[in-house]
This record gives sequence, structure tokens and C-alpha cells, in this order.
Amino acid sequence: MLIKTIFAGFGGQGVLSMGYVLAYAAMVEGLQVTYLPSYGAEVRGGTANCTVAISNEEIASPIASAPDNVVVMNNPSLEKFQHQILTGGVMFINTNLVESRPVRGDIVLYEIPCNDLAHDLGSDQSANMVMLGGFIEKTGLVKMESVRSAIGDVFKEKKKAKEMNLKALDVGFDYMRNNGGKA
Amino acid sequence: MRGSHIVAEAALRAGCRYYFGYPITPQNELPEYMSRRLPEVGGVFVQAESEIASINMVIGASMAGARVMTSSSSPGISLKQEGISYLGGLELPAVIVNMMRGGPGLGNIAPSQSDYFQATRGGGHGDYRTIVLAPASGQELCDLTYKAFDLADHYRTPVLILADGMMGQMMEPVRFPVLRDVGKLPRKPWAITGAKGRKSHFIRSLILDPGQMEEHNWKLMRKYEQIADAEVRFESFKTDDADLVIVAFGTAARIAKAAVKRARNEGLKVGLFRPITLWPFPKKPLQEVAKRVKHFFVFELNAGQMVEDVQLALSGQSDVFFYGRPGGVVPNPAEISRIVSRQFFQKEIG
Repeated sequence: MLIKTIFAGFGGQGVLSMGYVLAYAAMVEGLQVTYLPSYGAEVRGGTANCTVAISNEEIASPIASAPDNVVVMNNPSLEKFQHQILTGGVMFINTNLVESRPVRGDIVLYEIPCNDLAHDLGSDQSANMVMLGGFIEKTGLVKMESVRSAIGDVFKEKKKAKEMNLKALDVGFDYMRNNGGKA
Repeated sequence: MRGSHIVAEAALRAGCRYYFGYPITPQNELPEYMSRRLPEVGGVFVQAESEIASINMVIGASMAGARVMTSSSSPGISLKQEGISYLGGLELPAVIVNMMRGGPGLGNIAPSQSDYFQATRGGGHGDYRTIVLAPASGQELCDLTYKAFDLADHYRTPVLILADGMMGQMMEPVRFPVLRDVGKLPRKPWAITGAKGRKSHFIRSLILDPGQMEEHNWKLMRKYEQIADAEVRFESFKTDDADLVIVAFGTAARIAKAAVKRARNEGLKVGLFRPITLWPFPKKPLQEVAKRVKHFFVFELNAGQMVEDVQLALSGQSDVFFYGRPGGVVPNPAEISRIVSRQFFQKEIG
């Protein structure tokens, strides 16, 4: 098994922490994992993105030629990554900020209004964890338990953020489970 | 853990208690980490006023017998070269980290391997070498940094860790070795520690008499020969039955390894030879591979530097093809496996 996922959005949307939490959860499960953030000039104003590779054997390249999953948090990210995703790959779209849809018909699409769900929860900045919850429900890449434990470790010094993130994670997971999220 | 943080923590555990540096992207996470961690273990962190000042502080700490480190990225490393030459000439141990970026000049901050020539040929003026280690994973960043301090002390020579922005920014799980007790590190009887009650120690590189200077140079060369005999490191991946072997180091080797796996899935017998020490270059192990393999494919994130060492090692006996992406462009594995397939077709390999 080797699954590569790209998380993409504006800098500040928490795309890097989304990827980091997933990578950490995979580490909790004893899997091999690499986390490669985009950095530097690209972050300012443009898109921020990171690539997480998860495998049960040694990971050769942390770079994805064709990612299995792409998580899209804003419009520019859709434009940038829709042509890279593998045939049969899965794309997750934040419907609150992404108006267009991929032109490709050979990929699976899931939609989730991350910002609305986070807003209802009273924490606008948790949209990323809502997305991650939905992502985990559909991909089953790691167990929810591992993600919870990862959030516990990553935010261990920020108790409030930790609890809000855990809530947001569940909201996203339940939304996907109940509404299917299918486009 | 982030690559730059891994290097910093590994250095600390190896007994490094002094860090002097000047900020530059993409390695600022390293001094940032050191500035927080070093005081916790009674160490000293100084952000100097320039690269030149910082390398001279390294010289001072090293003379006094401490384990010391500095880090920078390409243009900053160029500024430090005068000091690195002095470290070589003075036979002082130190660990220098270069998180390379696209160049020449100020360049950009993207991952590149364009400082291979500079690193493996000494870098500064004069007849000297530095040991050059090229990690390709989080665990190796840790293990090689830890080892670098031992090598530097053992041979009394500067050791360079040559990585790039990608290695520095990427996170991978890592297992750290034990925190060394600084008091139990091997003693340095040559260090300048105050001459009270003993004869003075002299550490200098100004030797005006050409005869004596020549002998100093030959002494250095004998040391480098010892290093070349004893310290060569490399990784060989699926080269036993290969028809074509990719030679790549660091980040490029990670991409190449994925390309090897892709090519193998297509039935092409491709292997990977990865130098871990760039100097000393693993010449003999590569020559061993060349007894079975005719076709070599050198892949670098530059316009062709290590390829010269490969050609030198294989001295015209094998077919050597080069593919590079300079300027901070990082190709994906699919691009490399495409080039490999093309080579198979054009040269009618296999």
C-alpha cells in the first residue's frame, strides 16, 4: 500500500496542519509516512499545499507524480491539482469557497461545506478539521482514534484548540456519513 | 519531525553545545530550534552579525575543544568558505550544514544540488578537503549529523552535511540516539584550554617556510587518504540484476528510487546507486557495480556536477548518461521513469 494525498488551499486555512495531523496519525499507527510542505514564496497570497505519503513499506519519493487523493480548500487549488490526480482518484472539495468543479470525469468527487459547518460550531478556523473528518470517513486511510490521538499530541499545549478541533473532526465525519457528500 | 529540527536535535545529542549562525531560508528552523534547545542543556547560541563572523566564532570554539556547528544555505556557505579553508588548514573539527538552494548568485529558495562542486572540492582556497555527507531521509539526517561530530573530532577536519530545502522542510518519523554526556567525550589533547602548568599549544595555518608548508600539506593529504579508505558510504538498491543503474544522491535519490520501482513494474531492470559520502566519493563500490552493468544514468538537481565523478570512476568503461534539473525545479518520479524508458528504447538495453 502507498497512498499519496495533497492538501491544498490558501495560506492560513490550515492546510498544512491538516496534512500534519494526518501524517502524525499514520505515525501513531506505526505506518511509514512522509510529510512535505510547500514553503517560501509560494505561501504568500497563492496556494499553500502539502503532500502526505502513507505506506506500510519504505516510501521512496515524498513527491507525488499523481496523487491518489486531493483535498481542495479554494479555487486556485482546484485549477492547480485537478489534472495531476490519478484516474479513479478521490477529490474532496470545500463547497463554501470553491465554485467551479473539476472538468475530469474519471475521478470521484466528495463535497463538504467546511466553513458553514465550522461556523455553526462557533469556530471558523476549524474548517480544516471538518474537512479532515470527512476525508477520514471516506478514505479510511487511518482510524479516527489515531487522528484523535494525533490532535491530542499536536495541540497538547492549546487545550481550547484541541477540544474545538476534536469536535470539528466529528462534525465533518458525521456530515460525510449522513449526507454522503457525493456530488 | 521537520528535517532542520532533526539535524539540530541530533547535533545536540552528539554533544554539540555551541551554535553560531546567520539566518537564511530554507534552513532558519535549524537555528530557531537551537536557540531554544541549547540553553536548556547549558549550551551557547549566538546569532552573529554575518556569516563570516559566525564561521570565525566556530573556529574559536573548535580551537577551545568544543563540539560546534554552523548552518546556512548556498550563498551563505560561500561567505563562510574562507573560514572553512582555515578550519581545514588548522585541522579543526566542526560540522557545517548546507541546505542548498537554487543558484548561482542569490538564486531562489527551492531545493537544488548545485553546490556539489563547491562542497566536494573543499570550497575555499588551498589544498584541502571536507568530508561531505548527503542524507536522503529524516533518519539519515539524524544518524549522519550524529556521526559527523565523531568523524570531525576523529580526523580533526570539518565535515559538511549537504542537504537541500526539501530535506530541511520535509517531516518524517525519526528515532534519536542517546544524549551524550559531554564530559565523557574523547579528550582533545591539542585544544587551547589555557597553558597554565603545561607547554603552550600552537594552532596555526600561517607557515612561511615553503618546505614546512609542503610537509603540512602532505600531512593533510595522508589524512585524506585514510578517510578515503575508511569512510566511504553508499546505498545500493536493486543493482544486482540491473541493466541500467541510476546514480543519484540526497533528494534526487529519493525521486530516483521511486522511478526505479516504477520501471521495475514495467519490467525494466533498473537499479539505484546512492553515494552517501560525496567526498570521499564511493569510487570502488561504483566500479564493482560497473563490472556487471554497462549503462549508467546520473540524475542530479543541477546542470551536471557529480556526473564528473561518476565518469572519473568509470573512466570511459561504461556508458554514462546525464539528466538534470537545475534552478530549484524538482521533477516527479514519473518524469525520471520516462527518461529511463527512453534510454532503454534508444540504447536497446535489456
